[in-house]
Amino acid sequence: MSLPARIATLLVAFAAVVAGAVFIVLHYLGSSLEVVNYSPEASGGVVNVVMQEDPQNSVSSRPDWVSYFVQDPKTKAWVHTTLFQVPANTRVNMTILGYDGCTPLRNNFWSKVQGTIGGGMSVQQFKTVGKPLGPPRRYSVLNSWSSCSVGHTFAIPSLHVFVPMASPNTALFNSSACGVSPCTSGPHSLIKFSFMTPKTTGTFRWQCFVPCGGGFLDGNGGPMQTLGFMMGNMEVSA
Amino acid sequence: MSVEIEPEKAQEPAGSGPVGPRLARPWWMRPAMHTGIIGAIIGYFLGHWLGNFLSWDYARNSLSDMNDFPLVLGYVIAVVGWLAGLGVFNDLGRQIVGKPVPVAEEEEEAFGGVARYFRYSLDHKVVGIQYLVGMIIYFCTAGLFAMAIRTELLSPTYHIMSASTYLMVVSEHGTMMMMLMSSVVLGPFGNFLMPLMIGSKRMAFPRLEALSFWLTPAAFIILLSSVLIGGFPTGWTGYAPLSVQATQGMDSYAVAFGLMGISICLAGFNIIVTVINYRAPGMRWSRLPMFVWSMVTVSFLMVLATPVLVGGLYLLILDRTAQTANYVNTLGGSSYLYENLFWFFGHPEVYILALPGFGIVSEIIPVFCRKPLFGYRVAGAGMIGVALLSFFVWQHHLFVSGINPEMRPLFMLTTELISIPTGFIYLVAMGTFWKAKIRLTVPMCFALALYFNFLIGGISGVFLSDVPADTTEHGSFFVMAHFHYTIMGGIIFAFFGACYYWLPKMIGIKLNQKLGYLHFWTMFIFFNSTFLPLFAVGMLGQPRRVFEYARNLTGLNDWVSISSFLLGASILIFVINFIWSTVIVREREVGNPWNSRGLEWQVSSPPPPGNFEHVPVVLSGPYDYGVKDAPPVADLTPPVGVVSAAYASAGTASTGVEA
Amino acid sequence: MAESQAPAAPGAPEQAGPNHGMRIFLIWIVLALVADLLIWFLWYPHLPPGRMSESAQHQQFDIAVLGLAAAPVMLFVWTYFGYTLVNWRHRDGDDDDGPPLFGHTGIQASWIAGTAVIVLAAFVFGTVELIVPDGAGAGEGPNPVWKPSGSNVLQVQVIGQQWQFTYRYPQFGGMESTQLLLPLNRPVAFHVTSLDVIHSFWAYQLGVKADANPGVDNVAYTTTQQLGGFTVRCSELCGIWHGAMFDSGRVVTPAAFLAWATRTQSVERRQGVLAALPPYALAYDPTVIPQLGEQVVKVAGITGANGYYYPPSDPVQP
Repeated sequence: MSLPARIATLLVAFAAVVAGAVFIVLHYLGSSLEVVNYSPEASGGVVNVVMQEDPQNSVSSRPDWVSYFVQDPKTKAWVHTTLFQVPANTRVNMTILGYDGCTPLRNNFWSKVQGTIGGGMSVQQFKTVGKPLGPPRRYSVLNSWSSCSVGHTFAIPSLHVFVPMASPNTALFNSSACGVSPCTSGPHSLIKFSFMTPKTTGTFRWQCFVPCGGGFLDGNGGPMQTLGFMMGNMEVSA
Repeated sequence: MSVEIEPEKAQEPAGSGPVGPRLARPWWMRPAMHTGIIGAIIGYFLGHWLGNFLSWDYARNSLSDMNDFPLVLGYVIAVVGWLAGLGVFNDLGRQIVGKPVPVAEEEEEAFGGVARYFRYSLDHKVVGIQYLVGMIIYFCTAGLFAMAIRTELLSPTYHIMSASTYLMVVSEHGTMMMMLMSSVVLGPFGNFLMPLMIGSKRMAFPRLEALSFWLTPAAFIILLSSVLIGGFPTGWTGYAPLSVQATQGMDSYAVAFGLMGISICLAGFNIIVTVINYRAPGMRWSRLPMFVWSMVTVSFLMVLATPVLVGGLYLLILDRTAQTANYVNTLGGSSYLYENLFWFFGHPEVYILALPGFGIVSEIIPVFCRKPLFGYRVAGAGMIGVALLSFFVWQHHLFVSGINPEMRPLFMLTTELISIPTGFIYLVAMGTFWKAKIRLTVPMCFALALYFNFLIGGISGVFLSDVPADTTEHGSFFVMAHFHYTIMGGIIFAFFGACYYWLPKMIGIKLNQKLGYLHFWTMFIFFNSTFLPLFAVGMLGQPRRVFEYARNLTGLNDWVSISSFLLGASILIFVINFIWSTVIVREREVGNPWNSRGLEWQVSSPPPPGNFEHVPVVLSGPYDYGVKDAPPVADLTPPVGVVSAAYASAGTASTGVEA
Repeated sequence: MAESQAPAAPGAPEQAGPNHGMRIFLIWIVLALVADLLIWFLWYPHLPPGRMSESAQHQQFDIAVLGLAAAPVMLFVWTYFGYTLVNWRHRDGDDDDGPPLFGHTGIQASWIAGTAVIVLAAFVFGTVELIVPDGAGAGEGPNPVWKPSGSNVLQVQVIGQQWQFTYRYPQFGGMESTQLLLPLNRPVAFHVTSLDVIHSFWAYQLGVKADANPGVDNVAYTTTQQLGGFTVRCSELCGIWHGAMFDSGRVVTPAAFLAWATRTQSVERRQGVLAALPPYALAYDPTVIPQLGEQVVKVAGITGANGYYYPPSDPVQP
């Protein structure tokens, strides 16, 4: 081949390689998960965060995977993400709606509520949205092995926050569980607890400790190891 | 003159004979890469369908929303389609139906030009160049992943990648390097040069050789494709049960690594048979170049170790698809089984990565010291000793994993013993440098760098083999620094040295020496500044494969990251030099620029088809520098009838191999 | 090993040049002595992993001695090569070959013998340093051979799970905690196990590392010697949050430890946590929950696949 032809081929090949690399980098660096920002909603050193966990999610390519959703504070819509942002040195009041049924914990130590302000959580059972079955009750231990009572957990290990999520009433769940996610009706439990964010900023991972990844060995694969389902990050900003 | 010969043992291809004039088909109708790609696509869909057909009713698929069976079968049948499209099975088909099969030598001249590099060529020189270009591409791709790792490690708290992306990048880098760089020297240089070095015109099994190359792009693409399906989280070691638990990307790892295992095994087998059977008359074992000794010893490792890997990965695939429980402790299997199967392969694997480097530098230093290789027998014993002992040390990767505690002093002993034959390579080098006339050409610089780097890497290996010290060092960046020094500091430096040394021979083109020196100095300086601090980072408590580390290590990590970017730039200098010299400038190099006594240098550059016009008769060893009145290395045009007469009387003569 | 010249090759008259071997030896011996002194006096006291426990201290000593042996070896090779590169470079215009030295039996034999002696000495030293501090903090598997003597060994079970370590103290009613506190001057036996995949318990300043395999009890020993905090990191890739699976522990006075342990035990008993935990065992099969009996295998999520690893039509256990 002549020199100009060789140079031309070289430039084309180079451009193709660069394009490919840039495509891959952009595709993977840009996280497609939204970070729900609660910081503007904080006032008086307190912020309210609302999440829910569902037995499936109808919105991703893995519909059978259990998943958390985070509520957008302004629009009150449920976002399929597990990333949220809160300010530092603030009391976070977590409200979690538990729509998913019970699974025994692999390590029943996580039945104990740890790291919350006041040392416990409050649980109220609902028949559907707006129809409570009873008053809220406080628990410091929710034994997942003695009765079918724990669905998932919410834990921020580096802040030593470990909270078991109560599951809804078993009979109601078996008959009329929420089938389309994000759930807007159906039997669920309402769990409330609070913790303080640290004074320094940073990213704090959170995860579930119930082996709820159905179809994966030890139940810890799939949604348990994928951001946006059963684990996520809490960003603490200034 | 009396001629020493080995009795002819070459295999006659069945049904050989004149093939007849090649049909003048247009290039796009003859099997090559493009038909291979078409075959791969067809094969993938076929395999995918078959997998779904076999496993549609597995309960776990409806729960997990993923099915590994179609993916694995898709990959496997895609590879079969790729090979079929390339024409790998064509000669097999011809033999089955009794048609004549083209002999390797006839292939070479039939189709010239650039197109033959994209085909299933039976010419070992073409395969060598294919391997060379392939290996450079694989190395640079895996190197880009390494740049990504170091970018993430710039900060212990701010993460530019998510945790799963980071693990995917780490796993891709490690697996791509470890599985593909196993052939980085044997592929290009072993395949191209070894027949020339022993005076043969071909390899024993040219089709196996070409097959071993064409499996590498398939393995590379399959491994890269895991990036599109979420990657795999286990690192290059693939420990079960995490690998059984992982999502679909894990299947790419198992299939790709298994394919490379097959490729490596075939390549090694070919080398052993060729060296034993195809040496020219007079090429005694004691006259073999040290590079060929390293190829032979490494080939034994390749042939004996890779089947264990393929078996272990096959069990992993079964666990993930057919839901066996080979590696699941709670269901009757054992996680230790995978660890042992993997490391029984894994340790010889790292010597597969080290020995060719020794072979190359032992080949280069006599030429640029103008002295014989000091202690030829010691060097050979060193290579054989390393290869043999490498099968007896694998448990040192498992010292703290809960193996029988009394085994650990035994494996500490064997691991420390392996440093004795490794030391022979240094003895040989030091003896060669004594009172030499050292020329610091670019290949010589790379050889010296190997000795420098491997010394640090090897001594750190002694620290790791010591069980109490290993308690702190295992699984930390100390191990990372150790194996980067031995593997990258060893074989990759040797690879680049070999490129500068042998590219004039292989393609008849000189690489730019100024850029070569620039490449060498930048690579050497930044390689050391990248990996030397990692010993400290590991001893200070940072484990491997983590994206969050102690804040007081930020300074060290930042230094290492910036160095690594500069190291990547130095490799870029090589790529630019390579492309600039071979594509744009194309400054011709003929003959023997290094004035080497190697047999491969006695023919033209690039070598003619068929390598030697006549079967050469080897008269002396390749390292007889400084010997007064030394005979030439070989007689390339022996008198007519001498060789055939000697073969005719071979039936009655003794056939002992002379060492 | 200081040979001054190789045997005369045919036709190459030896000149009485400088004694290169002696020169190299002298340069080397000075450098080696300086390096070893620096290593022993400056570096050894600060070598990781420190002296917080007996195993850590022995590892520190072991690494220092290895360094003392390694430095002269490396310096010898570097000195030699440096000397050759300075003295025997090719001079322009000189196109002769060098002397044809093919080998020297004496040098080769001395080298082989010398390296063998160094290697065997390192092996003996390493074995001694492994046995003397009760296994040097390395995981010895379920049947440990080198154990501390005495009857007051503190038992701590380290449970690795994705992605947090928890610790059980069987001598305190089997109470479990996410905090690792240890008393001073006490031999400790770590029983490391896992509930899912392979993890590895690495207590850095204690010099303890033991892999956590599911269903396996991996025992490692150490004896605490100093008060202070130590880092605990997982050092075997265990999934996505492996990099975030770290913790810290503390060595406290025996009185403080006893107070903490008994307090935690009584709090957990009062809250019903102790009753909720499985009985203390050296390894846990997550498919068997005593309180739920044999039914657990079919309960959703324990092994995955909704309780069974095989589809409903296949047998549940192989």
